Order: sequence, then structure tokens, then C-alpha cells
Amino acid sequence: MWRYFLPIAFFVLLVGFFLRGLSLDPSEIPSPLLGKPAPAFALPSLDDPAKTVGTDTMKGEVALLNVWGTWCAGCRQEHDTLMAIAAAGEVPIYGLNWKDDPDAARQMLRQMGNPYVANGVDADGRVAIDWGVYGAPETFLLAADGTVIYKHIGPLNLGIWQQDILPLALQAREQQP
Amino acid sequence: MIRILAARIFATIAIAGMLASGAAFAIDSSEDFEDPRMQARYEKLTAELRCLVCQNQTIADSNAGLAVDLRRETRQMLLDGKTDDQIRTFMVERYGNFVLYRPPVDSNTLLLWGAPAILLLGGAIVAAVVIRRRAGMKFDDEEGDELAHEESNA
Repeated sequence: MWRYFLPIAFFVLLVGFFLRGLSLDPSEIPSPLLGKPAPAFALPSLDDPAKTVGTDTMKGEVALLNVWGTWCAGCRQEHDTLMAIAAAGEVPIYGLNWKDDPDAARQMLRQMGNPYVANGVDADGRVAIDWGVYGAPETFLLAADGTVIYKHIGPLNLGIWQQDILPLALQAREQQP
Repeated sequence: MIRILAARIFATIAIAGMLASGAAFAIDSSEDFEDPRMQARYEKLTAELRCLVCQNQTIADSNAGLAVDLRRETRQMLLDGKTDDQIRTFMVERYGNFVLYRPPVDSNTLLLWGAPAILLLGGAIVAAVVIRRRAGMKFDDEEGDELAHEESNA
């Protein structure tokens, strides 16, 4: 009896592990920042280097922080989605322009439209390290008090926005004191 | 035959030569620390931190932009007098335990760390059962029959 049962049980167990393991995306690493205060930063603004953009700028309302660069194909891919989110006007989008040429960044926003309220220029990638960014695009949802609520890795699309992120944003806004 | 042997010897020498001159192929082009102990710590740390974009390489192995940045960060923290643990904690706070090639034992990694022991134990049990059964069959046919009999009842 055992002779037949054990190999089958072992096989079923293996299939279980494989089903779980193969359906996970190893490139999506959960962020340890979730539920914690966003790492503070203050960077020169892309539009006007004399101004600063940072955690203080974003505080006070539920906001998105989108990490991007002109060198990043996924960022161009999600640009239309960001434009649509900005046009809907529900949640303001801030940008972290990561290790990019500011001139190229400004040019891309002129050509493709600018969905960002403001952009911080992270020329050496130091702020991105604090945020645990390892590949653009990455998008963080922040509560009004600056808590990190959600992190999306990879290009956004309207489906992800409407199903995963917007409900969390609206919920966070309701809980806002 | 001799030709194959010669080819093998040649391949072995070539590989040994490549390994010996590893420094010449080093990815990390930054300057060495003045203090050799500091350099050793730097090399150890960068060899146990994962490059998250390339996943199966350490930050010492990779020239991805992020790996370069994290090496620079590690270097700076060493120069600032941070301990190895402080540097590891810095990385874990930002990237999670996945950044460590040697993750700590916790509820998530218990199976990972325990698997070798479990597999060894399982193998030992199987080996013991097989050996006992074979021993029974070889020297005492009666006992071997009994064992088979017991099993079919189980």
C-alpha cells in the first residue's frame, strides 16, 4: 500500500510546489517599505533646478511617485497610462527622474506630454537606492502622511491602475484624517 | 587516445590559466582600498549582496547600473566606518532579505534552511529500509518473505 501511496504523494507535493513556484514572477520583489514612512528626500526640480521636489512636496494628499528615465523602454510604454491617470485628476503623479539626462527628460515630456505635477532629478541614483528601486519603471502609492501604501514594479496599464491601485488610493483618502 | 588526452590536458591548463588571471577580468574597475583588511571586507560584502536587476549575480559580478551604484554605496559606508552588519541592514531595509545571498533563518526561510537536513533524513530512512530488506533477502530467505508479507498487510 505504502509502496504506491508514497511516490504519488511525493509527486503531488512536487506538482504543488511547481504550480506555486512557476506562477510567481521572480523579477517582482516585494518592497520592505510597504506600510512604512517614505524615505525622505529633496531633489532639484526638473523644470526649475532652483526649486526642490521631495517628500515634503508630496505630503498632504494621496499621491503617486513614478520612477522613470528616458532610457527606459517600459517608461515610454506606460506613458499613455500616466497621461490618462493625470487627465482623470484623481491622484497627482510625481516623478523621480532616475539617472537620466535632464535635457532629454524635458524633451521627452514636451514631445509626449507631461503627466507629472513635478519631477525630482535623481542624477546619481542615491534617492532611488533609499527607495529600494532596482528597475524602472516603478510606481509607489503614498498616503497623505507619506506612508508607502503600494508599489507596482514594471509598466502600468489602465487595468492595473483601476483594479489594483485606484481602489487603494480612494480607500487611503477616505481614511485620511 | 593520446590526442584526446593531450586535448584534455590543454583544456585543463587553459581553464586554470583563466582562473589564475581572474583579476584581469574583474568587473569591478574601482580602485582598491589602501587598507587590505578593508578591501577584504569590501570584496566579501559585494560577493554576498544580490544584484536585483540581474538576480543570479552578486553586485561584485555585475556591471548593471544598479550593481555599480550599490558597490559605490558599500564602499562609501565602509569608508564612513560602518560595520558589515550595518551595511547588510542598510541593504535589507531597502531591498528586503532577497538582497542577501545568505538569508537569515526566519519563518519564511525555515524550509529553505531545513531542506538539506530533511532530505538527508529522508535519504537515510530509505537507505536503511533498502539495506535491511536486502540483508534479509540475502542471508535469510524466510525473514525476507516475512518482511514482504508484513508489507502487503500494511
